[in-house]
Amino acid sequence: MLVYIIRRILMLIPILILMSMVAFFLIELPPGDWVSTRITQLEMSGVQVSADEAARLIAQYGLDKPMPVRYWRWVEGIVMRGNWGFSMQWNKPVNEILAERVPMTIVISLSALLLSWIVAIPIGIYSATHQYSFLDYVFTILGFIGVATPGFLLALILAWVLFAKFGFSMLGLYSREYLEAPWSFAKFLDLLKHIWLPLILVGMGNTAGTIRVVRNNLLDELNKQYVIAARSKGLSEWKLLLKYPVRLAINPLLSTVSFILPGLVSGSVLIDIVLSLQTTGPVLLRATLAQDMYLAGSIVLILSALTVVGALLGDLLLIVVDPRIRFGRAEK
Amino acid sequence: MSSQTPIAIPQTPEAPPETIIEPGKAATDERYYYASQWQLIRWRFSRHKAAVVSIVLLVILYILAIFAEFFSPYTPDTRFEGYQSAPPTPIHWIKPNGGGFGPYVFDTVRELDKETFKYIYQPDETKVLPIHFFVHAEPYKLLGLIRTDIHLFGVKEGRVLLFGSDRLARDVFTRTLFGARISLSIGLVGVFISFVLGVLLGGISGYFGGVVDDVIQRVIDFLLAIPGLPLWMTLSAALPRDWPTLKLYFAITVILSILGWTGLARVVRGKMLALREEDYTLAARGAGASAWRIITRHLLPGFTSHLIVSITFNIPGMILSETALSFIGVGIQPPAVSWGTLLQDAQNLTAVAQQTWLMIPALFVIGTVLLFNFVGDGLRDAADPYAR
Repeated sequence: MLVYIIRRILMLIPILILMSMVAFFLIELPPGDWVSTRITQLEMSGVQVSADEAARLIAQYGLDKPMPVRYWRWVEGIVMRGNWGFSMQWNKPVNEILAERVPMTIVISLSALLLSWIVAIPIGIYSATHQYSFLDYVFTILGFIGVATPGFLLALILAWVLFAKFGFSMLGLYSREYLEAPWSFAKFLDLLKHIWLPLILVGMGNTAGTIRVVRNNLLDELNKQYVIAARSKGLSEWKLLLKYPVRLAINPLLSTVSFILPGLVSGSVLIDIVLSLQTTGPVLLRATLAQDMYLAGSIVLILSALTVVGALLGDLLLIVVDPRIRFGRAEK
Repeated sequence: MSSQTPIAIPQTPEAPPETIIEPGKAATDERYYYASQWQLIRWRFSRHKAAVVSIVLLVILYILAIFAEFFSPYTPDTRFEGYQSAPPTPIHWIKPNGGGFGPYVFDTVRELDKETFKYIYQPDETKVLPIHFFVHAEPYKLLGLIRTDIHLFGVKEGRVLLFGSDRLARDVFTRTLFGARISLSIGLVGVFISFVLGVLLGGISGYFGGVVDDVIQRVIDFLLAIPGLPLWMTLSAALPRDWPTLKLYFAITVILSILGWTGLARVVRGKMLALREEDYTLAARGAGASAWRIITRHLLPGFTSHLIVSITFNIPGMILSETALSFIGVGIQPPAVSWGTLLQDAQNLTAVAQQTWLMIPALFVIGTVLLFNFVGDGLRDAADPYAR
C-alpha cells in the first residue's frame, strides 16, 4: 500500500518536470527577448538605458547563455529560492503578485467542486429512486442544459442581469472598501457575499455531470441482489439506501477528480476574467496580452502543477474511503 | 437528415448477426451489412425529435454563414454615420392608413437628450420604409466567385438594423452572420485536425501496443492533466499580432487541437484494443493483410459510428474555446469578425446594460452549442446498437 502511494508521488516528478519545460517554452516563445523588450519599455517611458546597464540586465537574466542553462537557472530559482522571476508589467517579482491570488484560485476551484457534489449527490439519489418521475425529467433536462451551457457566457449574462435589473455589480471578490483591507471577519463576510456567483458558475458543468453519474450508478446498484436481500430482512428504506448503494454509487466521483480538475481550473480562469475576480485568471490574461511571459509562464506552471497534485489527492482519498481498492492493492 | 418517415420504423429488424460475414465473399456482404447498419442508425436517429430539429437548425445556421453576404443587408464594415449604438429596428407588418400588408420599418431619428447628453433614437412614424426582398445593394462576390449585388432583404432608404448597431455604427445582425463564419467553421476545421491526429495516434497506440502504446498513453495523460485554457491563452498571445486573419485562424485552430485530439485518441485506442482480438482480425492477418489494410479496412469501419458521436461532441467545445479566446482578446483579432470578437463589446457591463442587443451573439453561441449537444445525444443513442 505504502509502496503504491510512494510510487504515485514519485510519478509526479517527471510530470512536473515536463510541465516546467512547457512553461519555460512559453516564456521563451515570443520573438525578441525579455531584456530588449524591457529596454524598449524603459526607453518609451523616457528612461535612457546605457550599454552597461543593458549588459548587466542580460547577464542577470543569463540571456548570453544557451537555452538549457537558462532553463536550469529558472528552475533552480524556483526550487531553491522560491524565485519565480520578475514581472515587467507589474515591475514586481512574480511571487509578490501571486502570493494572494493563487490561494484564492485554489479556494474557488475546490469550493466549486465540493459545492457541485453537495448539490448533485442528493439530486442524483432522488432521480435514481424516483426514476421517470416528473422531477427526474426536470433534473435531466436541467442537467443537459447545465452541461452544454458555457460558464463564462452565463457569467456574462448573469453579471449583466444583476447589474441592469438589481443595480449591484457582482464584479470582483470584495466590495471596494475591503479591497485593500487586511483580513477580518467583516471582509470574510463580504467575500461570502460575492463568491457564491463564481462558485455556482464554475461548478455548474460538473454539477450537471455528477447528477448523471450518481443517478446511473445508483440505478445499477439498486437492481442488485444485496439490496433485495437487505430489504427483505426489513431494513428501513433510508438506512438501506444510504448505507450501501449510495456509498457505492458516489465512490467513483473521487476517481473522476483527475479529469474534472483541469476543466474546472480552465473554466474558473475564464469566469474569473469575466467577473474580474482577484484570482490568477485576470492576471494571466493581462500578462499574456502584455507578453509578460515570466508571469504568464509561472501561472500556467502553477495552475498545471496544482491540478496534478489535486488529482493525486483525489486518488489517494479514494484509497482511504474504498476498502476494495485498499485491500486489493495490499494483497499484491 | 433522412427521408424515412417515423411511421416506417416501428419494428426494425435487428442488425444481422456477425456470423453472416464469411471471409470468402467479404467484399459484397460487408457493404450490404454496413449499409443496413447505417440505415438502422438513421431510423433510430429520426426517432429522436430534438436531434432532428437541431440538425435542421444547424444546417440553416451554416447556410446563413456560408452565404452571409446574401442574407445580410449590409457588409460587416458598413458604417451608418450618426447611428452609433442604435437599438434594433422593429419590423411592422400592417401599414398605417390602409397601406396594405407587408414588412416595413419606420425611419429612425436621433435626438440629443439635453439633460443626460445621450443620444436617443426614436422611430419617425410618418416615414414608412418598406422592406424589399432581393434588393440591389453593395456588390460582393458570392462564394468568392459570382459577382453580384443582390441581398435577401433591405430598405431603399433609411436603414434596417435587425440587431441594432454597435458603437462604431455597424449593423450587428450583419456582423453576427459574418462572425458565424469563423466561429462555426473553426469547430469543423479544429475537429478535423484533432480527428486526424487522434485516429492516427490512437490507432497506432491501440494496434501495436507495447512501448509505442505506453509512450502515447503517457503523452495523453500528460496533456489531459494540463488545464487547457491557460495554455491556449499563453500560446495564442505569443502569436504575432500582425499576422493576417487567415494565418491567425489556422494557428489558433492548431493550438486548440494540441489538446483536442487526446479524447478521440482514447476512443480509437480502446475500440482498437477490443477489435484487434476479434477472430476476423486474426483471419485477415493470417491471410497476409498489411497492418494499414487491417486498420483501415477491418478495424476502423467497426467503430466509425462511435467516432462520429465523439466528433459531434467535440465540435461545440472547439467553438466555445475560440469564442472564449477571441472574447478575452487573445484569439481572432478585429477587424476580423467572429462571435468572440463581437462579444468583446459586451464585456463592459455599463455598455451592455444600455445596449442589450450587444448580447445577441452570446445567444447564438449558446444556441449552437446546445444544438450540437442535442445532435450528439441523438447520434449516440442511434449509433449504439445495444441501447435499451
